[in-house]
Amino acid sequence: MKIIFVLIALSLLIALGFLISFLWAVRTGQYEDDYTPSVRILFEDRPESESKQE
Amino acid sequence: MDTLVETKLMLETDLQCYHCGEPCTDHDHTVEDKHFCCQGCQMVYELLSENNLESFYAQRERSSARQEGWTADRYAALEQMEIAEQLLDFREGSLCKITLNLPQIHCTACIWLLEKLYKLHPGIHNSQVNFLRKEAYITFDIELISLRKLAELLASIGYAPDFNLSDLGRRDQPKKDWTLIYQLGVAGFAFGNSMLLSFPEYLGLDHLSESYFRSSFGYINLGLALPVVLYSARDYLRAARANLRSGTLTIDIPITLGILTLFIRSAWEIFQQSGAGYLDSLTGLVFFLLIGKWFQQKTYHQLSFERDYQAYFPIAVRLLQGGTKAVKELEVGDHILISNGELLPADGRLIRGSANMDYSFVSGEAIPVRKQIGDQLYAGGRQTGEQIEIQINRPIAQSYLTRLWDQETFRKDKEKQHVLTTNKMGRYFTLTILSIALLSLLYWLPQDAGMAINVFTAVLIIACPCAIALSVPFTLGSALRILGSSGLFLKNTNVIERLQEISCIVFDKTGTLTESQQNLGVEYRGAPLDASQRKQLALLCQQSTHPLSRAIAAWAGPVRETAPIENFEEITGKGISGCIKQHQFQLGSADFLAVEPLLARTGQVFLRIDKAYVGAFTIHNLYRASFPDLIDRLASRYELHLLSGDNDRESRFLSTYFPKDHLHFKQSPEDKLAFIQSLQQQGKKVMMIGDGLNDAGALQQSEVGLVIAENTNNFTPASDAILDAERFADIPDFLEYSRGSNRLVIYAYVLAIIYNIIGLSFAVQGLLSPVIAAILMPMSSITIVTFGVVSSRLLAQRRGLKIKTQT
Repeated sequence: MKIIFVLIALSLLIALGFLISFLWAVRTGQYEDDYTPSVRILFEDRPESESKQE
Repeated sequence: MDTLVETKLMLETDLQCYHCGEPCTDHDHTVEDKHFCCQGCQMVYELLSENNLESFYAQRERSSARQEGWTADRYAALEQMEIAEQLLDFREGSLCKITLNLPQIHCTACIWLLEKLYKLHPGIHNSQVNFLRKEAYITFDIELISLRKLAELLASIGYAPDFNLSDLGRRDQPKKDWTLIYQLGVAGFAFGNSMLLSFPEYLGLDHLSESYFRSSFGYINLGLALPVVLYSARDYLRAARANLRSGTLTIDIPITLGILTLFIRSAWEIFQQSGAGYLDSLTGLVFFLLIGKWFQQKTYHQLSFERDYQAYFPIAVRLLQGGTKAVKELEVGDHILISNGELLPADGRLIRGSANMDYSFVSGEAIPVRKQIGDQLYAGGRQTGEQIEIQINRPIAQSYLTRLWDQETFRKDKEKQHVLTTNKMGRYFTLTILSIALLSLLYWLPQDAGMAINVFTAVLIIACPCAIALSVPFTLGSALRILGSSGLFLKNTNVIERLQEISCIVFDKTGTLTESQQNLGVEYRGAPLDASQRKQLALLCQQSTHPLSRAIAAWAGPVRETAPIENFEEITGKGISGCIKQHQFQLGSADFLAVEPLLARTGQVFLRIDKAYVGAFTIHNLYRASFPDLIDRLASRYELHLLSGDNDRESRFLSTYFPKDHLHFKQSPEDKLAFIQSLQQQGKKVMMIGDGLNDAGALQQSEVGLVIAENTNNFTPASDAILDAERFADIPDFLEYSRGSNRLVIYAYVLAIIYNIIGLSFAVQGLLSPVIAAILMPMSSITIVTFGVVSSRLLAQRRGLKIKTQT
């Protein structure tokens, strides 16, 4: 049954990883603006060369 | 012949500006097959096409990139390094970062274009848009592109940055505080994991397996709970300490007692190996409390409840001898130049030019006031017309308007003065809990000392008023959102609590009871105008930006077609004239047209067609249609007053709605503030409803300051609440709803106390096991949360609160 300790340690590590990534996301300002990125991702830029042919 | 003219007109209207979509009046501005209405639009197109950014036109949804008229030296002040430095967020060497306020941002194409700025100028490294805040964060090289050049580049593509006095020194202002979110994250993490680790204990699995699980799970739990107590619950511990010192009993004290008892008793049990402790309940408790705190806040982008005159004033003005000077450094005796559309930042005397000051924002008066040379001009007015020269005779901080902010009122914190319902409850609650705990301690002590300690701590644990502390955040937090979606934006939930106590409502007149200056009432007296005359009149009036011309243009009807206007002339402060289809139109003041003044009243505009007098327009503010009804509904419950900076011209009309001695005219901003104070001295709780800077003192002094905003993107003075002008008629509903919400809070308290009594009955008997605690505590919290959110929605439905669906 001692194997459970390994599993618990692993699960805590994973959870800690999520906690740290959450704190990182807040710190880097990803929650400052929750609208603009959703628009930005849909912009499609024509490649430079193509637009010159037109 | 007539049909020919019509066809020509039709053809012309088909020509739309490729950039802004406005109809083109001539064929002067064309690039290839594309037409433009003006030089500005053509320039933007060329700029975009040179840089292969033509797909801007494919990206955008609708066209309104209209170019506003801007003077060439609007941004001249940014040349001054000291001013520019204060606007920057960050500077290292020549690399600078700045946050610019771009009110013209309106669609997704704006984001696209503004984030391509680096293609337009090599000095710009990067730009990022925050659409909801209408801001752009720009990184640029100040050696390659000065701040002035940057601002002008943005203005040239239709996004003129807006700078005002409150932007200066923005770098030193505190950034948005994310501590609560970090605390919430840590508490959530600990709660989830410690629940999992506590399950074996609850399910009784521990007895089957080796006992070292229990102790090691206990130690892990302790490790998880430590950051929760030390970091996540930090604010509660601090608040409790501060309250103990000042001798006030607030709800924070039993919360802190609960948290500390939970932690210490659990740690003791774990070290003694006598039990598993209540650490999952502890982390859960803190997690729920923090969620409540977070739910209670709601930020409305674009709205600010803190603005003062600085957010309205320019950062610099032009001097007569050339160059610019920061507004904060203006001295008595300085000669400054004010152009059309610019704001006068300090009191002064008119030296040259004819001033036509628009005080609509300061006093609410829609029609610009004409001033002669030598007249005193007051800060806050906006010049319309030609450039004027002014000699400053009072420093900015002592002007008629800004003096208001020196008053004591602006240094007081309204929230601190109001004792929250939760804290009123807290006093009785704390005393009750402490006496129950002590009584049960005394009861058990002679029988069994260990049991006595157990019961004592169990009472403190179970009585921890988590559910009570959640009642206000969830009930009122939910009400705050409902009100927000129906057009009343509140600063925080504290305002809802204050709203229920209001006994007296004071209205401002212009802009509050009347509609904004964009919507003026026009009365016409004279020879009737036929359809084509009306159309031509509208066309002529459209050429002018003067509010009176605008009002007459709107009255005369929509213009769907254009016709050339010959010899158009606008004489500032006098009138306009022009020739349309061989008809000579003249429109303006009595002395401009040399007609005998029939009625010497302001807002009188005379019309002459082909040199013959036709008629006269009287223009006045329109009262909101819903105003009589609103007064009717409020009068039964509240004492109503009217405060106006205006003269008593309309007192007869208004006295049908307000008692005669409740009408107060010719009130200066300071008078308004003093009036609110005098009402408060009589023990009344006052709500002030206003709109302009002249109401700022009264808004601040009153229990609740409500601002009416025609457009929530516009400037509003500091207040507790902002109301969308469209929902003006619903004020009684909002007040009723907030009273109802406060009743709901009381019901939530009753629920919470019932849970507490159940818990206490276990605790005093010494039967509180970790399982019961782990079930009762989250259950009471969840009940309160559900009750708060659901009941406030049901109440909104029952009250018929119209919820506008919008983003």
